[in-house]
Amino acid sequence: MPALTSRRDERPNVTFVNRSVETDALTSSQSDPVVPLRHPVRLAIAIVLVIVAAGVAWDVAMNRGYRWDVVAQYVFAPRIISGAALTVGLTIVAMAIGIVFGTILAIMRLSANPIFRVIAGAYVWFFRGTPVLVQLIFWYNIAALYPVIVLGLPFGGPGIVIGSANVLIAPITAALLGLSLNEAAYMAEIIRSGIGAVDRGQYDAARALGMNGRLLMSRIVLPQAMRVVIPPTGNEIISMLKGTSLVSVLAISDLLYSAQIIYAANYQIIPLLIVASLWYLAMTSVLSFFQGKLERRYGRGFDVRTSRSRRWPLRKAS
Amino acid sequence: MATQKGIMNTAMVQAIGVRKQFGSTEILKGIDLTVERGSVTCLIGPSGSGKTTFLRCINHLEKVSAGRLYVDQELVGYEERNGLLHEKKEKDTARARMSAGMVFQRFNLFPHMTVLENIIEAPTRVAGRPKRDVIPEAQKLLERVGLGDRGMAYPQELSGGQQQRIAIARALAMKPKLMLFDEPTSALDPELVGEVLEVMQALAETGMTMVVVTHELGFARQVGDHVVFMDAGVVVESGSPDDVFNSPQHARTQAFLSKVL
Ligand SMILES: Nc1ncnc2c1ncn2[C@@H]1O[C@H](COP(=O)(O)OP(=O)(O)OP(=O)(O)O)[C@@H](O)[C@H]1O
Ligand SMILES: [Mg+2]
Repeated sequence: MPALTSRRDERPNVTFVNRSVETDALTSSQSDPVVPLRHPVRLAIAIVLVIVAAGVAWDVAMNRGYRWDVVAQYVFAPRIISGAALTVGLTIVAMAIGIVFGTILAIMRLSANPIFRVIAGAYVWFFRGTPVLVQLIFWYNIAALYPVIVLGLPFGGPGIVIGSANVLIAPITAALLGLSLNEAAYMAEIIRSGIGAVDRGQYDAARALGMNGRLLMSRIVLPQAMRVVIPPTGNEIISMLKGTSLVSVLAISDLLYSAQIIYAANYQIIPLLIVASLWYLAMTSVLSFFQGKLERRYGRGFDVRTSRSRRWPLRKAS
Repeated sequence: MATQKGIMNTAMVQAIGVRKQFGSTEILKGIDLTVERGSVTCLIGPSGSGKTTFLRCINHLEKVSAGRLYVDQELVGYEERNGLLHEKKEKDTARARMSAGMVFQRFNLFPHMTVLENIIEAPTRVAGRPKRDVIPEAQKLLERVGLGDRGMAYPQELSGGQQQRIAIARALAMKPKLMLFDEPTSALDPELVGEVLEVMQALAETGMTMVVVTHELGFARQVGDHVVFMDAGVVVESGSPDDVFNSPQHARTQAFLSKVL
């Protein structure tokens, strides 16, 4: 019972109409023996799949062409390890820039100002609509278009020369530009849908408490958007990790390019591709693990109801 | 003019010809209303009559299209300079909102925060007060609404009635001069309505100024000092609960009451 000090005790006690309460229909306490439904076709298909999988595994293990001995020899080769490290580095930096820039783009797309909306929309349209491989090669060759990079006013205004594009846009810069600007477009869409999923009532409640602008976004909207944003972002990081292999066309010694360098010398193409794949697999598995953890962290306060309602039909009436 | 000024000095909310348009449709068509300090005003009326819109105007959640709305003698949303009305800056509006607490039909607790975090969020982040002062106050508020032991729970773990009581505590944590309630019990299961109304009645007994949009006529009759009947964007009739409920003057009020009573 709420205990507030009463200054108007002379008022009569409030009596409120008690409407009828619906009774719970699930009161059966019987548990009769039950014969579960059988699925013969499903079982047959499962058996066939097991046989096929075993056959493939057997072949992979026994076919000498895979050269597992070469795989073992190179899997921890210094060149491969440093390639994997560069792949991880590229992924982290490109993703970080992509997320920050994507958040800004998402907020611009939701802005009340139509100019912001149009600019952000055009950006997303352009970068999602062109292949990232083309973008990478474009950045790599930007020097052909702008031999000198100048910081200054547009339309031929005055400016400061920063340096030669050939020097500034090293392959690694081109790679980071290409990957992160492209990623920003995808992240913008993901974050926008996350923000869109936050109930309007949350804005009202936060505003009514005096929150606005940055505080409203950072404390109320974005944390709730996270729940919707994290699963697809996890997928983005995983595709980014694999997508960095595209930078091998710019002769950057990432994981794939390192493997290519080795097989260019010894012609062990398949084993070295297996080595690279093993590393990609290992790294994406680690990412998936953390993705699951993050999802649970940001699902806090949301999944209580759902996990309960998921449980109740399974619970035996007792 | 002197009497006008006199009214404004005592009234917590003063609406003079308040109009609100969404696009080309006018939802509020000139609302005149005075809410005295320490009084409980219940807004009743059919669905779509503009009760929510008016309440949101009081709290600056909607911009007034025309007319004047004063809350605690301050003009809502505008500043008067050199005889012209200037739109207030976002920041000033946000600050002005702190003087009124608002409770929503659908609670709108922050689902990603615990009950205690919900309550201390605005006092610490908006008012910038230290946690060590705010937490004991929050605990007292929780006890006031009968939920002293649920501070660590997440909103979704609570019943609707409990959530609404937390929402009331959250609004009170900003020490508002005025509390606005928008149908606080209409999203609740019938058996949970009473616990929320009891908290509201107890709050009224502390002398809090309250504007309550409600369909609970029992509450309006017994806790309200003033009942305002709105229909189609205008105040049709207002007066003491006795007057409005027992001898309504207007046909529209009579028709509405005969339907809901
Ligand atoms: N943001 C908006 N844009 C356009 N129309 C709106 C908006 N908000 C409210 N309205 C319209 O204004 C009218 C009045 O709405 P309001 O919510 O104020 O009524 P109400 O009296 O609170 O009704 P209820 O009892 O159903 O809550 C409705 O017809 C609604 O469709
Ligand atoms: Mg309403």
